[in-house]
Amino acid sequence: MKKILKKLAFALILLFLYAPILVLIVYSFNDSKIMGPWAGFTLKWYVMLFQDRYILQALYYTLIIAVIATTVSTLVGTISAVGIYQMRSKLKRPYLLLNNIPVLVPDIVMGITLMSLFIFAGMKMGLTTIIIAHITFCIPYVILAVLPRFNRLPENIFEAALDLGATPRQAFWKVLFPEILPGVTSGALIAFTLSIDDFVISFFTAGNGVSNLSITIYSMAKAGINPKINALSTIMFGCIMILLILINIRSEKGIKNIQ
Amino acid sequence: MKSFKETIAYPYGLWMLIFIAVPLLVVIWFSFLSNPDFKAGIYTFTLENYKEFMDPVYLELLYRSFLYAVIATLICFFIAYPLGNLIVSLPGNRQNLMIVLMIIPMWVNFLLRTYAWMVLLSGSGLISQFLGLLGFRDVSLLYTQSAVILGMVYNFFPYMLLPIYTALKKIDPDLLRAATDLGANHFQMFVKIKLPLSLPGIVSGSMMVFMPAVSTFVISNLLGGGKYMLIGNLIEQQFLTLNNWNFGSALSMVLMTIIFLVLGVARLITGKELDTGGQIL
Amino acid sequence: MHQQATNRLINPGESLGIFLLKFIVSIQSYRWRIYELKKNTEKIIQVKDLVKHYGDKTIIDEINFHIRANEFLTILGPSGCGKTTLLRMIGGFETPDAGDILFEGKSLVNIPANKRPINTVFQKYALFPHLNVYDNVAFGLKIQKKAKAEIDTLVQEMLRMVNLKGQEQRDVNSLSGGEQQRVAIARALVNHPQVLLLDEPLGALDLKLRKNMQLELKKLQKKTGITFIYVTHDQEEAMTMSDTIIIMNHGRIQQIGSPVDIYNEPRNAFAADFIGESNILESMMLKDCLVKLQDVEIPCVDKGFEKNESVLTVIRPEDIEILPPGTGFLDGVIESVTFLGIHYEIVMNCKGISWLIHTTREFFAGDQIGIQVDPNNIHIMKKEHDHEII
Repeated sequence: MKKILKKLAFALILLFLYAPILVLIVYSFNDSKIMGPWAGFTLKWYVMLFQDRYILQALYYTLIIAVIATTVSTLVGTISAVGIYQMRSKLKRPYLLLNNIPVLVPDIVMGITLMSLFIFAGMKMGLTTIIIAHITFCIPYVILAVLPRFNRLPENIFEAALDLGATPRQAFWKVLFPEILPGVTSGALIAFTLSIDDFVISFFTAGNGVSNLSITIYSMAKAGINPKINALSTIMFGCIMILLILINIRSEKGIKNIQ
Repeated sequence: MKSFKETIAYPYGLWMLIFIAVPLLVVIWFSFLSNPDFKAGIYTFTLENYKEFMDPVYLELLYRSFLYAVIATLICFFIAYPLGNLIVSLPGNRQNLMIVLMIIPMWVNFLLRTYAWMVLLSGSGLISQFLGLLGFRDVSLLYTQSAVILGMVYNFFPYMLLPIYTALKKIDPDLLRAATDLGANHFQMFVKIKLPLSLPGIVSGSMMVFMPAVSTFVISNLLGGGKYMLIGNLIEQQFLTLNNWNFGSALSMVLMTIIFLVLGVARLITGKELDTGGQIL
Repeated sequence: MHQQATNRLINPGESLGIFLLKFIVSIQSYRWRIYELKKNTEKIIQVKDLVKHYGDKTIIDEINFHIRANEFLTILGPSGCGKTTLLRMIGGFETPDAGDILFEGKSLVNIPANKRPINTVFQKYALFPHLNVYDNVAFGLKIQKKAKAEIDTLVQEMLRMVNLKGQEQRDVNSLSGGEQQRVAIARALVNHPQVLLLDEPLGALDLKLRKNMQLELKKLQKKTGITFIYVTHDQEEAMTMSDTIIIMNHGRIQQIGSPVDIYNEPRNAFAADFIGESNILESMMLKDCLVKLQDVEIPCVDKGFEKNESVLTVIRPEDIEILPPGTGFLDGVIESVTFLGIHYEIVMNCKGISWLIHTTREFFAGDQIGIQVDPNNIHIMKKEHDHEII
């Protein structure tokens, strides 16, 4: 009896979480503008999607911004983490406090503060401002992912490398870096995801010319229901599933290699 | 490891000052100005903006934001806590599978997730059709208060689940066995052991839901049709539509204060820093 | 040597060729003996007036000593005595505030750790988790850019020496404590350093394994001829392995000597108390070779103290002979008897003072006994304000 209830509970939750997404996907093939009764199968919304200049441009911008923001924030974040690890605590505390602000503060506040800065400085809002904004909110997450790795280093490991004849630089690359690498990769992954998905901060810092995917969807959704959005959702969801399957295969392969 | 200087962290320190500290200071400064045309170089220090906020219209708005966020947090908690317990009782690999399944929706774009409920709740949507079958005609749940709260719950539910799950998982099973050994029944075990030990996770999760919920404007626009303005909507309106940056800045300061107050309370309850369940990442 | 050669010369019937051959050989082996003697007394490391502070605490307080080549030296002392700091300064991971460390006559202090002909085995092994056993051991050789074939030979030889042959591909995180220990040793030794530093490497191992490793390390040192500098707080360990022991406390050297010397002739109460177990008693030196303790006058063999000087008397538990009451110089009542396998440990109470006695004979709590100690086994030391009797 208990087991049945358990399974029912899980089923309900999963239904609650996935039903909306599945509905989106199903209706993306519905030959009707309203998400009501089924009116026949069609791919026309997908065709219209790929013909929509604004959406394609938004996709382009989204990817460019994400790639640049991820690269810069991973590099800067990792290098800074090395420096933070050496810091005396008097400097470390305010430094990390400042670093945590983008994490703690709501997106809307980040958005308007950055927008205020740009206007105040007389900068024109565009690709540059949005990239700056993305870098600003990505780096803290990279640091939060990399810094703990330093604290978990095996004891004396850097000294052991020196003891065996390595220069400090060699010791860093051959011994320290492999140990912090998992943190660097997960930081990069988080940064990339945050950047692709960001709406609020981009909304305030993009200006009129630039738009990312989230902003475009928002504009379209505000106008009402639009099956093109359904088509876009399906494709994006499909990408996520493919990514997940790939990761799964890779980790299975990894396990097989060890065996 | 004295071979690396802390100076390599200085460039980012400078970046933070320019793009985190200064913007905040600018907004704080704006909130105390009454002259929107700062280019003219005339600044008058004033508390006008904050006084304006004291208007019952705005206070009601603040109250509404608070209320919705609290309701959403509570709903999330009452679903996530039992669910977390259920998941912990699963065998190891099934646990991971369940958690991953719960997390996948998080990877779908926030706007798409909100839009999905627009679809479901619309006048011709599935839920309306379903209700129609039951005899309720012409009911659209879209553009209602419930829709907004539902949107909040749907979007932020995983943020409540993860820290709670992590906290529950960390409880050493030996503790529960010891409690049973000493005579505790299920209820006592829950109240005296599970609840206190998972409290940090509960507080974390609640923060992670409350903060975005209280400051959102997307959900109230899309699912509420703009009928139920929240403080986030107000701020957006002041900055982008009405060009009233001074008042908008004051509002932002109010929002920030609320956030930090709530964070402070959370810190008091748990006595330590927020654990965002990031280990899963 | 010369005498033998000359005697053989006188022996008739030896052909001239054989005589010449034997003469040359004897000269060569004579020269070799002299070389060996010289090598063994050669000072490889000298520490001069070394000082180190941490804030306002003095960790190393002006110490001086030298280490001979090819010896197994142990620095022994309680936690916080400065022994690890001393080791780290020799290794190059800390810089002294004053004084010098000389290696074969040349100052080491300004040479960074990675350029010193010294390798270290760390307390927690510090193995590189992302490399397997082979790559860990080969690390130093690869830094030196040695040829792959040479590296392979050296690594294999070293793995064989530490009994890890065949384990090259293993993940170091999956190794047991003892195995990780041996990888750490191999990784250090494969570079053929002139000096090997070991920072309490056996602390994390269980007793039996520790004892085995102690013997292994001793054998390794003898075989490779490398100077070992070993740091520990375990006096038994120090006694087992060392050629020379330096006892440290509060950043100062208490005594330097061979295990036998330190055990038999502790220089002060700290050394006496730290090495082995001892009875340390307040007493008064009446005159040369006569000490008074617990109101009894006892003959001993130490001289050179002032008349009626207040001193400490040190007597080892195993040097105490148990006799029927009244026949020894002191009487007492047995408080407790503990069977330790090798011997019984007896605590005897004599007028409020507890005496520790080791004996192989069985006694029981409550027995009345007398004790006697041979004068040669009674050690008198000056009272140093440093030391508390525990």
